Parts: sequence; C-alpha cells; structure tokens
Amino acid sequence: MTAQLSDKSVRGAVALRGARLSYGDRVLWDGLDLDVAPGEFVAVLGPNGSGKTSLMRVLLGLQPLSAGTVHVAGGNRRIGYIPQQRAVDSSLTLRGRDLVGFGLDGHEWGIGWRGRRARRAKVDEALAAVGATRYADEAVGLLSGGEQQRLRVAQALVGDPRVLLCDEPLLSLDIAHQRVVSDLIDRRRRAAGTAVLFVTHEINPVLPLVDRVLYLVDGRFRVGTPAEVMTSATLSALYRTNVEVVRVRDQIHVVGAQHVCEDEPHHVADED
Amino acid sequence: MENFFDLSLTLDLLGYGFVRQMLIAGAVLGLVAGLLGPLVVTRKMAFAVHGTAELAFTGGAAALLVGVSVGYGALAGSVVAALLLGLLSRRDADRDSVIGAILAFGLGLGVLFLYLYKGRSANKFGLLTGQIVSVGSTDLWLLIGSSVAVLVVLALIYRPLHFASVDVAVATARGVPVRTLSVVFAVLVGVATALSVQVVGALLVLSLMITPAAAASRVTASPVKATVLAVVFAEVAVLLGILLSLAPGVPVSAFVTAVSFLIYLVCRAFGGTRSRAGV
Repeated sequence: MTAQLSDKSVRGAVALRGARLSYGDRVLWDGLDLDVAPGEFVAVLGPNGSGKTSLMRVLLGLQPLSAGTVHVAGGNRRIGYIPQQRAVDSSLTLRGRDLVGFGLDGHEWGIGWRGRRARRAKVDEALAAVGATRYADEAVGLLSGGEQQRLRVAQALVGDPRVLLCDEPLLSLDIAHQRVVSDLIDRRRRAAGTAVLFVTHEINPVLPLVDRVLYLVDGRFRVGTPAEVMTSATLSALYRTNVEVVRVRDQIHVVGAQHVCEDEPHHVADED
Repeated sequence: MENFFDLSLTLDLLGYGFVRQMLIAGAVLGLVAGLLGPLVVTRKMAFAVHGTAELAFTGGAAALLVGVSVGYGALAGSVVAALLLGLLSRRDADRDSVIGAILAFGLGLGVLFLYLYKGRSANKFGLLTGQIVSVGSTDLWLLIGSSVAVLVVLALIYRPLHFASVDVAVATARGVPVRTLSVVFAVLVGVATALSVQVVGALLVLSLMITPAAAASRVTASPVKATVLAVVFAEVAVLLGILLSLAPGVPVSAFVTAVSFLIYLVCRAFGGTRSRAGV
C-alpha cells in the first residue's frame, strides 16, 4: 500500500496527497493519500460524520482542502455524479430525457437551442445504454425508484466522465434494481475505464465489484482491498472498540460497532 | 348590465389609445408571465409570488402618495420583496411563515398609504384589482423595457436555473451556483410581478403567473411544451380578459382570472393522459 501511494509519477483518475479536511478544531481526515486508477472501483465506507460526503464535495470542487492536494482527471467537468434516489413530485414537468440532458450541459449558460440535434442523439444513446428508452418521454415523478436511478446513471454517463462519484445510489432500491444499477456502473467502468468512487453504508450489494475500500472512522482511515480492510482486527483498530467481522457466504457483516452499517445517508447538496 | 357583452361598444373602445396600450401591456405581460410561470411552479414559489405582489402594492401605494408613477413604486416594492424572499432558501422550513409575516406588514403599510392619499379613489382600487386606465404611455415603456430586461436575463440563466430547479443535488455537484441563481430568479419574478400589478392588480397576479403554468403542467411532462402552453394560456387569459372587460367596464382582473381558471379546469379534466395509473 505504501509503495503504491508514494509513487507520485503514476497519476490516476483521482489523486489525493496529504489531504486534510477540518472544520475548526474538528479534523475529518488528515494525511489522506489515495490514488484511484482508471477503471478501478473504490467503495467509501464509514459511519455518519466521518467525512464521506465531504470527500465527495472535495472531489467535486465544492469544498477546498484544509491541506494537501487533490487531482481529478479531466477536472470536475468530467465527473459523473449519481445521488441517491429521492421522491420526485409526480406533477413535475420533467421527462426522463430532460433529466439525462442536464448531465450533458445543464451547467452551461443560455437556453441551449443550438446543437440540440447532436444533443438529442447523445441523450438517446445514453438512454438506450441503460435501457430507459421505453419511458424516456414520461414524467420522471411517475416512474419507479429503479427506473429513476437508471436515468440517474444515464445522466451521469452522458457527459462521458472519467470519474464516477456515486453517493448512496442504491439506497431505497429493492435488490433486483440494486443489481441493475450496480451492473450498469460496473459495465461502464470496464468498458470505458471510468474510475468509480462509491459511497455506501452497505458494502454487500457491490462487494463483487469492489477493488479497494476506503474506510473512514473519526479521522482515522484505511485503504486496501476488502480482504485487507474488512477484517475484525482492522475495523477494531479503526473503531477503537471490539468489532467482529463475520463472513456469511459471499457477504460481509460487521458486528459490534453500532452504526457501522446503519448510518443515515446524506447528500452533497443538503449541507448548503 | 345590458351592455355586458356589447360588441359595438367594445369595438368603439378599441379605438381609444389607452385601450390599445392596455392590450399591448397585457400581451407583453402574458409573454413574461408565461415564460416565468413554469419555473415558478417547479420551484414551488406560488406563495412567494403572492407575497411579492402584495409588496408591489405597498410600493405602488407609496408612489401614489408621494406623487410618482405607480409603476416605479410597484417595481421598487417588489424588487425589495424579491430580494428578501430570494435570500431565503427553498429548503428553509420557515420560508412560508417569513413570507406571510412580510406580506402582512407590507399590506398594512399599503393600507396606511392609501388612507393618507387624497387623490382619485379609482386609483386606489385599481392598484388592487387592475384598471385599464392605469397603464399610461410612460408606464407602457417602463413595462416593455423591464420585460425585455427580464427576458434577456432569463435566456442567459435558463438552463442552469432549470437544472437547479428540478435537480438541486446534481446541479450543485456540477458546480451550478444554485443560491445565486435563486436570488436572481426571485428578482426576475419580482420585476414581472410589479408589471403585472398594473394590469391585473396586486391581488390577482397569480392568475397570470401561476394558473397558466399550473394548467400546462397538467397536460404535458415536457418542459418546453409546458412553457409554450403557459405562454399561450396566459396570452389568451389576459387578452380575452381585457376585451371582455371593456364593455361592462368591470376591472380587468375579474375576467382575466375567470378565463385563466377556466383553462386550468379544462387542463385538469384532460390531464389524465399524464397519469400512469392503470398502465
């Protein structure tokens, strides 16, 4: 791990060097070195308030580091962002294709009248890639949570991102839809070499996809493969209490640390 | 009452300059209100619009009292209101109560100003309910100039504003200046509201800004179609409302709101196509 982190010549999709984030006296994390290679899938785990969402904000350029450096390939315009599914007002005048279109150029000024034919082709392609063509013209608020999250994936991918930030995207989805959405993310990173940072309170739905884990607890953190990090010894050291990691078939269960797996998810925009 | 729908009287009145000015003002307003409306509805700002209109009334009443153009007074009042309201985030749990508190105070002030005003009483009434004669040619140029300014700014910020209005989490993540846009938009709404006050009066601005957009949202999920429909509905309501009000000499707003509400009812009735029920 240390050898890999000290190698500064390798610039991956994401590189954090000696990153520190603190609010006043409270240090969320310090000395964080993290390189994420193109196509790599990194799960970001940890209890509430451990700075997972703040890490997202740092990578998105919404939050400056207190110390250290952050590098994101292609700048923050080449980041795709997938939030958790949330209820959408059924009366909202917004179709699936509009939601996806925002991922392409929603941040640009003007009306966007020029180049709308090319835009439509790109949006159609992104919709087809996630199997959302059938309901692309329906009101977003009338779609199921799983259908909405597929649109979210299309929205994040339509801008051809080099880095994909996922903030609890599987939350409130049933297992079948969790599979659909995580498979879409997996396919993308393998096909296009997009690096994935996946914030989650539940590692099991994505465990087969995870290359490495970043586990944050109270300013302490560990980076490594699931086999390295998700052990009783490592997590006990992180939580500074006796934590038992139990493997049941293909699943990992963490016992003993309250709120290890049950913490409340929150959102990049909620803190504004 | 027998001249309620007197066609020849209506045609006669159309020959007057002030009536034509009113129609031009109405058409410009319909366009502005129709374009802003869908965003106002999406951002759930109906009550904020109402509050802004009440403060436009306060500004207008103050202008009457000191003897300057009502248009400028309404504009000043509603821009101040919009800035106040725009600084309150849509997430703020107490936004509604803050608007309520501000508008109640503003309305009270307006009542005081009107009480102190010793001029024509029709001017007082017109401020609340709209009056054909209240649009003079100076006001008309102010209205057209302000409308053009509103539309230019709206065109510049439309895409990120729309993004932030429907999808605030991802818009924030993509670097859209969500807070700034919401203040700018509140000011645009404030200007448009002040302009509407001159035609439909402070009490009934919602009939131009909210009702057409709400009606449009019942029949289409496409933001572009909803905007086009909202403009059409607002134009029909304001122009037909003005024409109908000519012969009986009833305040404009009575007919504008009636037409607007009728369109809304029809759209609600046919809006079932959007529902996914049974699919």
